[in-house]
Amino acid sequence: MIAPAAFLPWARAEAALTLLAVDPHGLGGLWLRARAGGVRERFVSALTALPLPIRKLPPSVSDEALFGGIDLSASLAAGRAVQSRGVLATNPAVILTMAERCPPGLAVRLGQWLDTGAGAVIALDEGVEADETAPPALTERLGLFLDLDAIGWQASRAIRLDPVRLAEARDRLANVTLPDGTLEAVVETAATLGIDSLRAPRFALAAARAFAAWRGAEEVGDPDLKLAASLVLAHRATTMPEAEEEPQSAPEPPPPDPGEDSESPPPDPDRLDIPEDILLEAARTALPADLLARLSAGRAAHAAKGASGTGARRRGNRRGRPLPSTPGQPDGQSRIDPVATLRAAAPWQAVRRRLSPDRTGLLIRPSDFRLRRFQESSDRLLIFTVDASGSAALARLAEAKGAVELLLAQAYARRDHVALVAFRGTGAELLLPPTRSLVQTKRRLAGLPGGGGTPLAAGLQMAMEVARMARARGMTPTVALLTDGRANVALDGRGDRATATEEAARMARALALTATPALVIDTATRPQDALRVLAGLMAAPYLALPRADARKLSQALSSALGA
Amino acid sequence: MTPTDTPFPFSAIVGQEDMKLAMVLTAIDPGIGGVLVFGDRGTGKSTAVRALAGLLPPIKAVEGCPVNSPLPEMVPDWADVPRRKIITRPTPVIDLPLGVTEDRVVGALDIERALTRGEKAFEPGLLARANRGYLYIDEVNLLEDHIVDLLLDVAQSGENVVEREGLSIRHPARFVLVGSGNPEEGELRPQLLDRFGLSVDVTSPRDVATRVEVIRRRDAYDRDREAFLKTWQAKDATLRRKILKARDLLAGMETPDAALEDCAALCIALGSDGLRGELTLLRAGRAIAAFEGDTSLTRAHLRAVAPMALRHRLRRDPLDEAGSGVRVARLLDEVLPG
Repeated sequence: MIAPAAFLPWARAEAALTLLAVDPHGLGGLWLRARAGGVRERFVSALTALPLPIRKLPPSVSDEALFGGIDLSASLAAGRAVQSRGVLATNPAVILTMAERCPPGLAVRLGQWLDTGAGAVIALDEGVEADETAPPALTERLGLFLDLDAIGWQASRAIRLDPVRLAEARDRLANVTLPDGTLEAVVETAATLGIDSLRAPRFALAAARAFAAWRGAEEVGDPDLKLAASLVLAHRATTMPEAEEEPQSAPEPPPPDPGEDSESPPPDPDRLDIPEDILLEAARTALPADLLARLSAGRAAHAAKGASGTGARRRGNRRGRPLPSTPGQPDGQSRIDPVATLRAAAPWQAVRRRLSPDRTGLLIRPSDFRLRRFQESSDRLLIFTVDASGSAALARLAEAKGAVELLLAQAYARRDHVALVAFRGTGAELLLPPTRSLVQTKRRLAGLPGGGGTPLAAGLQMAMEVARMARARGMTPTVALLTDGRANVALDGRGDRATATEEAARMARALALTATPALVIDTATRPQDALRVLAGLMAAPYLALPRADARKLSQALSSALGA
Repeated sequence: MTPTDTPFPFSAIVGQEDMKLAMVLTAIDPGIGGVLVFGDRGTGKSTAVRALAGLLPPIKAVEGCPVNSPLPEMVPDWADVPRRKIITRPTPVIDLPLGVTEDRVVGALDIERALTRGEKAFEPGLLARANRGYLYIDEVNLLEDHIVDLLLDVAQSGENVVEREGLSIRHPARFVLVGSGNPEEGELRPQLLDRFGLSVDVTSPRDVATRVEVIRRRDAYDRDREAFLKTWQAKDATLRRKILKARDLLAGMETPDAALEDCAALCIALGSDGLRGELTLLRAGRAIAAFEGDTSLTRAHLRAVAPMALRHRLRRDPLDEAGSGVRVARLLDEVLPG
């Protein structure tokens, strides 16, 4: 049975499935974080228990497939407009595979569709890294969350839900009542967990009701709320509630009932079972120790990723310089080139006419379609690689920050994307993945700590890596290196000046080989010859900060970006 | 999709007064030019827009007209409208999804008719359908740049000009642009920002009592929609009547010179670009005056709408972290002491 062991991993999975099967519309769906594999298959195959048709969609699904449109091949064959029905028209439960690659546009459209209460979405999120998650615009609207990665095959078993009992539960659902104070307790728990969105408590209530209905209860009770807290609220938490050992340091003591109804009767025993700390406890039990950090990291990174502009990854079929059109099938994304299409069809008209003499008008076959193509200039990315080592920190870090801010303002004007890499101590760190949000950049920059050695090579390596990834996403990266130039920490973290210098030089050459435009800004009090050499290796303009004023900086940047 | 035709009642939205006021003002005077709602997820942005659709007074339009023309003679000649009968229909509220293609926004050659019947016909896009109504863009800050450019152009001129694929067509496209988004996900180009008449920030309510009330109403709506709608119908109807009355009042609204000077003084003090700030402030001020049943524009009205009309027009300092709303409020007290 589910209830007593609701916090065992697989039992949680079973419980989530049960809730979804009882009330798919109320819960909106499930965010399932799991790698492909037997365990996930077990879970997904049990989704047939849902009272909705199941439709599997990839994140690359086109609008036509989703919402329906004109079926061109069928229209041509029939000689009249044939509408195709979109997948969503059947009000299905959508299984979205590879949800971590779901583009923001699709997420928003699925979200809007979910808002109408027409169906449910099960997002299969196969993200490996913490920052690789399904877009928040979608996950926000999915009530439940499950992480199956920790569950081994042995710990799982096939899920069988009794269809009769499910049907009964669905019938009962509308009549499940909420005891007084439950709603307040749920809302307050969500607030204590730092959940701003008001969708969370709604989903939690829906989950609690669904489970009560499944249990055969007429009223939402303790186990229902616990389960709801663990499946709905836990993963949304942004602040960790006080640990259990310190009893009751919540802002409101329990006896005076929270909220506005202060003249309510003294709580009866039933009510005592559901104060918010029980809910909190349930939510806390479901929180793996590092989940919070992982998720918030993911959120921040994802936000930044979203900001990197949906335009960056375009295959270039909608704007830019026109290229010759190409044969292909219209998919709702690309545009048909009617003239080229007609030209392609023209020579065949006589032959086709003979084959189908009773048809009027032009005889066009799907193979005649020509699609427009455009060549698009990609977005630019400015990778700030900032030396935050002790030598730099002492005097110059503040000035370096000033310089970066100046460049940032420029980047803003150009609508460039910005990434921030800092190196100090024994390694480099990507403080901010590519983003357009200058406010975020500035905040990270202000919080940049200084001190330690100068792992110049590590910094360059990280910058190169960011540049490589950006290029893969269709952006044009430029590296701006701000350092005082004395590399003294090697790639492996040892403080060996000779190796460090040599490795830095090697990295600089490697950077030049990838043809990444760069800019070296010397932040030392006295210009460093070593750095000028390094700039030479990187094929980058060199600029000494002591003598660089705003105008020079901006000129240097323009020339670097113009390259 | 059952529930789309019965959205959550507008008057039942708890709190978020700024957002509600801004939307009501555009309903009174569509010329104010749109609302931008920025805020966290789950704060009722989408709910409010959909609720607005249910609140707006119906319009009279020619049946089947793709651009919702009010009179038969205004139906564009490319449109195939056999019966020129005038019907009452709800104010259109059109969703503009992200990732939408240019064709679907501006309209394009009707490929299907062109290829199967050899006719050159125009297939109107979302801009046509939004004429005389609202165009809603969720996650507006994620909208692709080339679509934004199209919108800027049309929002400015009130007319959609299509010159493509051998078509040369223009049709009216006057709509109120409503955008919502989450500031964490990126910023909006200043050019587009400026096109929005009003801008409001929404945040989750901080006190538990309000949050409980939100959930309670939403829960009641989800549980027993009919009963809930019945409870709030009267309030929505009152608000609708108030909007209609305000529209009447607006025509005869007096605008004293002092109010004009107030507008100018405030905008100069804020250093906002262009004159759109003044115009919007004036229009929003008159709309709120009408909404409150007054016949003359006063400083109090301007003070009430100044933050939402101006906060997004300040010359942007990308590195300024203090909200621009704060700057407006501060100057408001200096320049126009109440």
